[in-house]
Amino acid sequence: MTFRAKKTAALAIAMSFAIGNTATAEPDLDAVLVINDELEMVTITEAPAHLEGALDQAISGWHFRDAATRRLETDDFENPAFLHVEQGLTAWETVEGTEGESCASCHGSIEESMKGLRAVLPKVNADGELWSMENYINDCRENRMGAEAWGWNTAPMRDMTAAIALQSRGMPVNVAIDGPAQPYWEQGKELYYKRHGLLDLSCASCHEENNGNYIRADHLSQGQINGFPVYRLKQSNMISLHNRFYGCVRDTRAESYERGGPEFRALELYVASRGNGLSVEAPSVRN
Amino acid sequence: MADVKPRVKIPSSAKAGEAFTVKTLISHSMESGLRKDGDGNPIPRQIINRFTCEFNGTSVVDMALEPAISANPYIEFDAQIDAAGEFTFTWYDDDGSVYTTSNGIELA
Repeated sequence: MTFRAKKTAALAIAMSFAIGNTATAEPDLDAVLVINDELEMVTITEAPAHLEGALDQAISGWHFRDAATRRLETDDFENPAFLHVEQGLTAWETVEGTEGESCASCHGSIEESMKGLRAVLPKVNADGELWSMENYINDCRENRMGAEAWGWNTAPMRDMTAAIALQSRGMPVNVAIDGPAQPYWEQGKELYYKRHGLLDLSCASCHEENNGNYIRADHLSQGQINGFPVYRLKQSNMISLHNRFYGCVRDTRAESYERGGPEFRALELYVASRGNGLSVEAPSVRN
Repeated sequence: MADVKPRVKIPSSAKAGEAFTVKTLISHSMESGLRKDGDGNPIPRQIINRFTCEFNGTSVVDMALEPAISANPYIEFDAQIDAAGEFTFTWYDDDGSVYTTSNGIELA
């Protein structure tokens, strides 16, 4: 008898799990992201004009995650990315290289000097080249500090980009796609719609045509990048945008592009422009 | 162990007998002892194995942590107080290190 009772209890638990899953089968578009009880974020906005016919709304990846993951981002104390932000803030003040300078020696307070930067990157630099935040950081390190450049996907680089991105949190993404940026944007757009790999998938196959649907046990998002760099629970670490691109292209079973290379920087500009108007959410939490 | 930093978030004041949330976090690799390095050698276990919280010397929480707990363990619990005083939080490392931090709280 006891045995049977136990079995029934186990069945009841299994059923409640099934019901729980059904309840979260759709992305929760009614959820509102408020950080630290004070900073309300724009996580859904009208899609920019260039997406007419493709997407009606730009929706942050935050909505596509489950409630427990979403909650982590609402409090900086619980957001594991903040351990990495702290490392980045320490590095900001740390003198390195032959010139005896730190970031702070030239730029002063990170809160003031870096405010708004994440929202407009990548952008075309003075020499007409499209640069991501990592390029600017390494340019400073090599040419102003006399320090060694950081690898694109290394921990100190991710920590620094997280610390800098945080200073723009809550501001709307607003990358320029016209003027000198236009050829890069066109290149990025072509990459976005080009099918890659043995699986013959483009970015659009998943993130434009199938966002909100399941890919295995997880929701496909729109692939918005307003939250990068993100803390990814799967790797329990900060993940740079180009590493995420790299993983996506690799998963189509294609030979991926180089992290930090011209292809991914162009793609970064294009994908960023698909989220123009969303709040910068970095450093966000995803699974 | 380097880079270990305890953090605690509690309200600065609370009403007597009213529950409030205590949030704690410590940066720690929580190396399980089950992983191997690139050469196939086991990486020795090093985790936080015990966490305690005391209020004015009285035990509030005493918790054993195990290797399956992920890096940077986050511990949250509710507490209530009858008088102002001080919370003391202590984390015990496998290597014998002890990390301590204290937070005062007022009666509202």
